[in-house]
Amino acid sequence: MSENRLRLMQGNEAVAEGALAAGCRFFAGYPITPSSEIAEHLANRLPEVGGRFIQMEDEIASMAAVVGSSLTGVKSMTATSGPGFSLKQENLGFACLTETPVVIVNVQRMGPSTGMPTSPSQGDVMQSRWGTHGDHPIVVLSPASVDEAYRAAARSFYISEKLRVPVVLLLDEVIGHMREGVQVLTPDEFSRAERKKPTVSPEDYQPYSDDGSGIPPLANFGEGYRYHVTGLFHDETGFPNLDPEVADELMRRLMDKLDRYRDVYQWTEHTGTEDARVLVFAHGSPSRAARSAVRQAREEGMRVGQFRTVSLWPFPEDELRRLSDTVEVVVVPEMNLGQIRLEIERIMGGKASVVGIHRTDGELFKPSEIYEKIREVY
Amino acid sequence: MRASAQVSAYLKDDDLPVFWCSGCGNGIILNSIMRAFNAMQLPPNEIVVVTGIGCWGKADDYLLTNSLHGTHGRALAFATGVKAANPDLTVLALMGDGDCATIGGNHFLHAARRNIDVTAVVSNNFNYGMTGGQYSATTPADSYTSTSVYGNPEGEFDLCEVGVAARAGFVARSTVYHVTLLQNLLQKAISHEGFSMLEVHSSCPVYFGRYNQMNDPVQMMKWWESRAVPQKRYEQLSEDERAEKVPVGVLHEEPRPDFSSRYRKIQEVAQRRARDSK
Repeated sequence: MSENRLRLMQGNEAVAEGALAAGCRFFAGYPITPSSEIAEHLANRLPEVGGRFIQMEDEIASMAAVVGSSLTGVKSMTATSGPGFSLKQENLGFACLTETPVVIVNVQRMGPSTGMPTSPSQGDVMQSRWGTHGDHPIVVLSPASVDEAYRAAARSFYISEKLRVPVVLLLDEVIGHMREGVQVLTPDEFSRAERKKPTVSPEDYQPYSDDGSGIPPLANFGEGYRYHVTGLFHDETGFPNLDPEVADELMRRLMDKLDRYRDVYQWTEHTGTEDARVLVFAHGSPSRAARSAVRQAREEGMRVGQFRTVSLWPFPEDELRRLSDTVEVVVVPEMNLGQIRLEIERIMGGKASVVGIHRTDGELFKPSEIYEKIREVY
Repeated sequence: MRASAQVSAYLKDDDLPVFWCSGCGNGIILNSIMRAFNAMQLPPNEIVVVTGIGCWGKADDYLLTNSLHGTHGRALAFATGVKAANPDLTVLALMGDGDCATIGGNHFLHAARRNIDVTAVVSNNFNYGMTGGQYSATTPADSYTSTSVYGNPEGEFDLCEVGVAARAGFVARSTVYHVTLLQNLLQKAISHEGFSMLEVHSSCPVYFGRYNQMNDPVQMMKWWESRAVPQKRYEQLSEDERAEKVPVGVLHEEPRPDFSSRYRKIQEVAQRRARDSK
C-alpha cells in the first residue's frame, strides 16, 4: 500500500521540514521578515525530535551560535533575510575559513537597507557569493518551488557536511511564502552525508591535515579529539600560522575543493536547450514565469530553450559555455538590475548576445513579459 | 620550557614564551585558569575555551583543551552555541574589555539574562592593547589612551554592575595581584550552574599604564593592591572612601535554572505532545 506523502506546505515551512529530514538538530535565529516562519516552525518541531532551538539576541550571534553548535557535531542552521544576511557576513566568513559545516537560509526581500520587507527580490545574488571579506569558498542553492525548497534544504546539509563548506539556501519572498505541494521523503530517500571523522588516535589528530581528498576529517568537541579552531590562517594542527606558504596552500585547498567536487552540488535543468537559438536563463521564482513563456514560444515553433540552475554558486559555468556555439541570444530575467546577466555575458564571451529583463519594483515577472522579450530578440 | 605539574595537562608549552608583553597580566590569569582546571580535575577534552579577538583572545593558543578562537566581540555567542548544543561540555569564554564590554556588549547582556551555563573570564586592562592602546567602555573618564590624548571624554561603566543588572547568577572580581583569590573565584565561577562572570583587573603597562603614569609593571601591581577592597569591607565605606576603591570577591550570587535545564523540560513537553497527538 503506497502512503500518500503529498503535503501542502509554505516554502519556509518546507525549508524547516527539509532540514529536519536531513538531520538538522540545532537552529539559532533572530526574527526577520520574510523568513520568520522558519524559526517559528523549528521552535515548535526541534524539541519534538530531541533537537534544540535558540532565539539569539541578534543576527551576528545567531551565525556564531550555529558555528559553535556545529563544532559539537550537530547539524545546524540559521535563517534570515537581507539586513540580517548583511550582519551575518563576518561570522559566515569564519565558517568558510574554519571549514565548519553550516546552512544559512536567506529569504530575499527588496533592498538595500530595510527596503521592502515583504516584496521578493534577487538582490542578494552577488552578496551570497561575495558577502564576506576575502576570497572564500561557498555554495549557494536557489530553488524555484516549495517542493524544491524542501529538497534543497536537505541537499544543503549533504553538501555542507560532505565538503565542510557553508551552504547558503537562497530563497526569495515568493518561494518562502507561497504554498504548494511537497512530496515528503523519508530519511533514507535523501543522499545523506555524515561528516568525515578522524580515524587516527586523539594524539595524532590534526583537524586540518589533508589526506589527499582536500577535505580534512572533523571531530566533535568533547568526543576525545581536542583541537583548536581559529579564524586566523592556520596549519594542519589548527593553530595559527601566518607563514606565506601555509596561507597560500590553505586558500588554494579551500577553493580547489569546490572545483574538485562539482558533482556534489551542481544542480541544473535544461528544457529545449539542444536546438535553442534563444535561451532563457533563470533561477528562483522568475524561472517559473520563464517556463510558461518558453513553452508558449516552442508551441509556436520558435527554437527557444530554458537553462535553469538551482546551484547558483559556484556558477554552472562550463555547462552554460557549451551552449555558446549554438545559442544566439540569452534572455536573463532577474529581480535585480543585472547581477547574473553580467556573469553570463562573461561566460558567453561575445559569442551570444545577452539581454536582461530586470524588475526592481518588488513585483513578480509575468510570463507575457518574458514571452514578449523572446519574440523581440528571436 | 617545562610546565609545572599543576598546569601541564592543559598547557601547550611548545609555543612558550607567551607572546604577551613583559608585565602583562594575561599570563597570570591563564595560569590561574589552568590551576583551577587542575584543582577541579576537569578533563581537557571536556572543556571548550572560546575566545574573541585581542591580546587576551590569544590565550587559547597555549591551551590543550578544545578551543574556539572566534571573531571580535562574539566569543559568548559562539560559546552559547557550543553549550546549548552539548550541555555536557564545560565552556569558558575569555574576553577582554574591548571584546566583552564594548563591541560584544549585547552578547554579554543576553548570555547573562538567558543564563546559559558559560563562564566569562574578562581580562579588563582598560584599553585595547592589541591595536595600540585605544579607549574602551571600561576606560575611566579623563584617562589617557592613544585615542583619548586629551583625556577620555566618555564615561566608563562597571562591568560587574552591568552583569548584575543583566541577571548574571554569579558575578565576581579579582585583580592579577590577588592570585589566590583569582583561582578560588575561577573555581567557584566554573562550578556555578548558569551564567557566571569573573572580571579580572589586569595590567597593561605598555599602553594604559604608560599613558597614565604607570609604565612600570610594579607600579601597576601596586595600583591593584591599593584599590582592591573585599566586598564586605567596601560596603562599609563612605561614598568618598569608595571613590578610589574597587570591591573584589564574590559580588553577587543568585542560583536560578540555567538555559539547558529549562530547555530539557521543553523537549519533554514537546515530545509528550507529539506522542499524544499521534
